[in-house]
Amino acid sequence: MKDSVEPYVTADGRTIGPVMMDMRAITLRFGGVEAIKNISFDIREGEIRAIIGPNGAGKSSMLNVISGFYHPQEGEVWFHGKKRPKVKPYQVARQGIARTFQNIALFEGMSVLDNVMTGRLGHMKAGMFAQALWRGKAEREEVENREAVERVIDFLEIQAIRKTPVGRLPYGLKKRVELARALAAEPKLLLLDEPMAGMNVEEKEDMSRFILDVNDEFGTTIALIEHDMGVVMDLSDRVVVMDYGRKIGDGTPDEVRANPEVIDAYLGVAHD
Amino acid sequence: MTISTPQSVPALLARNVAQFGDKPAYREKEYGIWQSWTWAQAAAEIDALATGLLTLGANAGDHIAIIGRNRPAMYWGMVAAQKAGCVPVPLYQDAAAEEVAYALDHCGARFAIAGDQEQVDKIADVREGLTQLEHVIYLDGRGLRKYDHSAMTSYADVQAAGRASNMAAEMEARVAAQTYDDTCVMLYTSGTTGRPKGVVLSNRNIIETSKNSSEFDHLRPGDETVAYLPMAWVGDFIFSIGQAIWTGFCVNCPESEHTLATDLREIGPTYYFAPPRVFENQLTQVMIRMEDAGRVKKWLFDRFMATAKRVGPAMLDGTSVGLLDRLKYALGDVLVYGPLKNTLGFSRIRVGYTAGEAIGPEIFDFYRSLGINLKQLYGQTEASVFITQQPDGEVRGDTVGVASPGVELKIAENGEVFYRSPGTFVEYYKNAESTADTKDPEGWVATGDAGFVEEGSGHLRIIDRAKDVGKMADGSLFAPKYVENKLKFFPNVLEAVMFGNGREECTAFLNIDLTAVGNWAERNNIAYASYQELAGHPQVLETLRAHVEEVNRSVAADPMLAGCQVYRFLVLHKQLDADDGELTRTQKVRRKIIEEKFGDLIGALYDGSGEIYTETEVTYEDGRKGQITATLQIVDAAVAPVAARMAAQ
Repeated sequence: MKDSVEPYVTADGRTIGPVMMDMRAITLRFGGVEAIKNISFDIREGEIRAIIGPNGAGKSSMLNVISGFYHPQEGEVWFHGKKRPKVKPYQVARQGIARTFQNIALFEGMSVLDNVMTGRLGHMKAGMFAQALWRGKAEREEVENREAVERVIDFLEIQAIRKTPVGRLPYGLKKRVELARALAAEPKLLLLDEPMAGMNVEEKEDMSRFILDVNDEFGTTIALIEHDMGVVMDLSDRVVVMDYGRKIGDGTPDEVRANPEVIDAYLGVAHD
Repeated sequence: MTISTPQSVPALLARNVAQFGDKPAYREKEYGIWQSWTWAQAAAEIDALATGLLTLGANAGDHIAIIGRNRPAMYWGMVAAQKAGCVPVPLYQDAAAEEVAYALDHCGARFAIAGDQEQVDKIADVREGLTQLEHVIYLDGRGLRKYDHSAMTSYADVQAAGRASNMAAEMEARVAAQTYDDTCVMLYTSGTTGRPKGVVLSNRNIIETSKNSSEFDHLRPGDETVAYLPMAWVGDFIFSIGQAIWTGFCVNCPESEHTLATDLREIGPTYYFAPPRVFENQLTQVMIRMEDAGRVKKWLFDRFMATAKRVGPAMLDGTSVGLLDRLKYALGDVLVYGPLKNTLGFSRIRVGYTAGEAIGPEIFDFYRSLGINLKQLYGQTEASVFITQQPDGEVRGDTVGVASPGVELKIAENGEVFYRSPGTFVEYYKNAESTADTKDPEGWVATGDAGFVEEGSGHLRIIDRAKDVGKMADGSLFAPKYVENKLKFFPNVLEAVMFGNGREECTAFLNIDLTAVGNWAERNNIAYASYQELAGHPQVLETLRAHVEEVNRSVAADPMLAGCQVYRFLVLHKQLDADDGELTRTQKVRRKIIEEKFGDLIGALYDGSGEIYTETEVTYEDGRKGQITATLQIVDAAVAPVAARMAAQ
């Protein structure tokens, strides 16, 4: 299944399309440290793809390569069948890639609504002066964007905190607001960096449902990094396993679970 | 006026379309904006859905279950069912799957209208055993894309099928065939004991009651109400469908259960109902926020609230108040009462009601003194709500008012209250035995409550559930609810359950109110990791002991009830919960179940132990079960001396 590029339909009725993002032999160094060592994998349209591994395995670095924040010394990033030149993160955002962060990166003093509105930045075309005067096109744009944002707020069920400053929210809700901001950009590919870190069981269940619903309702492709093995195995279609910058496993959750090297490195369970 | 009263809710709706078709009938906040529908628009939506039901094969007399949160489309679902000649059966949206299964099976529903995925899942879980259920109609399709749609259709698709069909003639015939004595709605009572019963209410019950009660309070088109209480509760059916469609006022649905406070403020209802618990919570919130306010604001609040407390209720009742006090009150209105009412969303209330449980006199007076016309009523599902209610200008904390228009009252020898009214239910569905037990051939219905009609004012006063009133070992009267209510009037006490029937002394279980006690703990730098730890904190126990002793003193003042003083109590390690069966869905204590479940604790209250170790099973919101263990302290409370003990006759 992994090597085939033919679209297929999953057991639960979702269509997985052709390869969207192809990472080819990526190597990333920070000085003498090799954070990522010659890793190749792909992300297909419509799938939920997880990257797992122990601390320091290079997962977040890999996400940063995808989002264009880091530029690998070796290897190529292919996006929609074309080799991606060296780009700035904002250019990546315009190509339809949005992300959330491991340590929440929201504007603490601004309301939830305003935070989510910033996710629409890529959809605003009016110039600075037109926006300051708030006439004509700028006004129409704001109404359209607000509507899009309200749909996201409704979708993630955060109506009650719409006007609350983000700084006053508990951790679990901040995570949800971050997801809302990423969704507001209407991305084709959504990168989630440990979306459930530090959450309790109930919050994890809610977040899992939102991730599945996003994928299901909008057909958004999702790449996520996560520590919670149970969550990863339940959510994802395919999993990449990293350890010390190397790729040690790649496949469906069942395949990965059965891979002895993965068990050794990540799950830490003895095998014979 | 009564040239010919429309004989059904759909007929009333048609009258409204003709009379004020372009006035707002429903609003719902969605996507941050209040969306509204006029009577004409709502009628068109209802017609499409009703015709859609016909295309699905709904027959006259079928039962259609409705389960979901308060949304205009769900209310339309009920009226559409009626229009198609079917009987709507609203169910509690937070009911567990097996409760839903019981109701669906009992009424033999062929169709169910579900609000969202959660409700669809609930029905799907129990569908195997339900042979009669044919089709589920869902409103919010989110998350349902992958479900098997062979016996499931979206609300919009059913409406589209209705619009595309040519069954208008059939539709008209169905409406025309309805009589005043046909069933309007069937509601399951929450039932403090045993299985829920399906209360059948006719068009006559609903329309006559709506007419009488609307006229009693001078409700009018242009009034606004906020629909947020469970749709399965008779009160919501009367307020949001019966009275709303009879009078032609607008029903507003909140955006979600969590935005109610904001939505209430934005709408500013003129007609409002809330159970005492809601008013209690709001007052607690206000008090907590005032504690945090600046010194000037706090001073203003305290000073003007004192004035309001003194003269506010009198001004509301229209009795004479001195000029100086009037001026002070007017100033207070500008500085304190007005802004406070605005924050609470109560600026425009003309008629407010509370019922279901006794409301604390402090709480009741607080709202009255702000100039909010809050009144009490007494009612039940079997009466289509109204049995007694308080007329404007005759409002008191300790009565439930005079008989509602058209209602006759009778007090039996044992003190039980009986009534007979146009709203009296037809029967319990498929339960002739219970019907006969409750309603006698002349139409008198036993309420199950003990009470008396006050001489002079003619107001009814309720003491307790008739079956809960008992006798102590020495023959004196045991009225648990009377004392429990006094305990619950303290903000720190959320729930109280008293024991002592047939015993020498009374004892009690208490539940702390996490908001109030948690806030107190924060203020006093008391750290706690869990509800359980806070509930067992020595200082919390000490505070509660002071509350209990104060109640004992006040109980001792009434010789008839002096035997009900609490000698010992303990604070429960968990909150009593409907999911664990300890409360009904309407938050009433189920004594039998609590007595069985916590038998070891009751034993400890009477055998002189100082503490007790216990294990309790709890049910989480998602239905999983867990165990919690705790060692609870038994606290002794001082009882007040009684002047003279009188035996209950």
